Amino acid sequence: MVEDINVRIVDDLVANGVTLITTVPCKQLAEVIREVEYREGVLHIPSNKEDEGMGLCAGAFMGGRRAAIIMQNTAVGVTINALTTLIQYYRIPLPMLISYRGGLGEPVACQVEMAVHTEALLAELNIPTFHFRRTADVEDLDKILKFTFMCNKPVAILSHTSFWGGY
Amino acid sequence: MIRSEIFREIAPVLRDRLVVCNIGIPSQELYAIDDQPTNFYMLGTMGLASSIGLGLALSQPKPVVAIDGDGSVLTNLGTLATIANNVADNFILLIIDNGSYGSTGDQPTYAGARTSLARVAEACGCERVVECRGEATRDALEDALASGEMTIIVCKCDSGNAKMPVITMDPVTIRDRFMAAVAD
Repeated sequence: MVEDINVRIVDDLVANGVTLITTVPCKQLAEVIREVEYREGVLHIPSNKEDEGMGLCAGAFMGGRRAAIIMQNTAVGVTINALTTLIQYYRIPLPMLISYRGGLGEPVACQVEMAVHTEALLAELNIPTFHFRRTADVEDLDKILKFTFMCNKPVAILSHTSFWGGY
Repeated sequence: MIRSEIFREIAPVLRDRLVVCNIGIPSQELYAIDDQPTNFYMLGTMGLASSIGLGLALSQPKPVVAIDGDGSVLTNLGTLATIANNVADNFILLIIDNGSYGSTGDQPTYAGARTSLARVAEACGCERVVECRGEATRDALEDALASGEMTIIVCKCDSGNAKMPVITMDPVTIRDRFMAAVAD
């Protein structure tokens, strides 16, 4: 039984040695970002744009920290160059917790426009991609983080609206 | 004074410091003038030198010099707000502001026209911002290192590039030897 997914997500990040987390907000991510901000031992650096966040994470990794990014799926469109020419090219591990807007129940039509491309873009980039659809799926996070730091790749966790409890 | 002439002057100051160098001709010039394992060369990803440098500075205690260009800073202007609001006193951002996109044919940038990156940095909340001419860069850099305070240096210089070969070192080799130098 998962008590609080936001606490659990940050617990698992910390347990896997992640001490720098950069975020770009999404309504779905508000609570987990709050948890990141107030968690002892985690340096939270909000980014203005997600590719900037990936630069921060790359620098942190080379400085000996493990870093992660939390962002919305629209960011996949923003970050393709940073993902390929920085994160993948230099083989930097990067867990990406991504809120996946634009599915069933979505009230904002424009979110669907990026949703229909999200998985295809991640697949085109050969980015290992995992899905969180139900609360219990958070149980996989620890294994996903270990996988990410084992293989030195960017890894996407597409967290659906159903995971976050709806719109 | 053009970028490569500035690099020749500051190379003895940069040596053994952790340096994150901007994509394109700046990295090629620094690599040719004084390659060091303490240099991280960006082979792609225009605009992120300052972000990589800040992440590095926030993650270990050694001084970090990120060498950026005016065009690259303009493409990631939000970085100046992030830098100002997450102070790392071991971080120096050296912006070589030659008013042009040097790696792509010296097209003019807005920083060479009406836009002042020093004033943008100040407006973003950066407290120690130094604008200097190319000839004064070495002194400004030495002052910044001695200050122990986060510093943004905007070095106003002439447009122009030295003819240097493309870096063929593998990116993972660049990253690996750099990380070893960071940890050393």
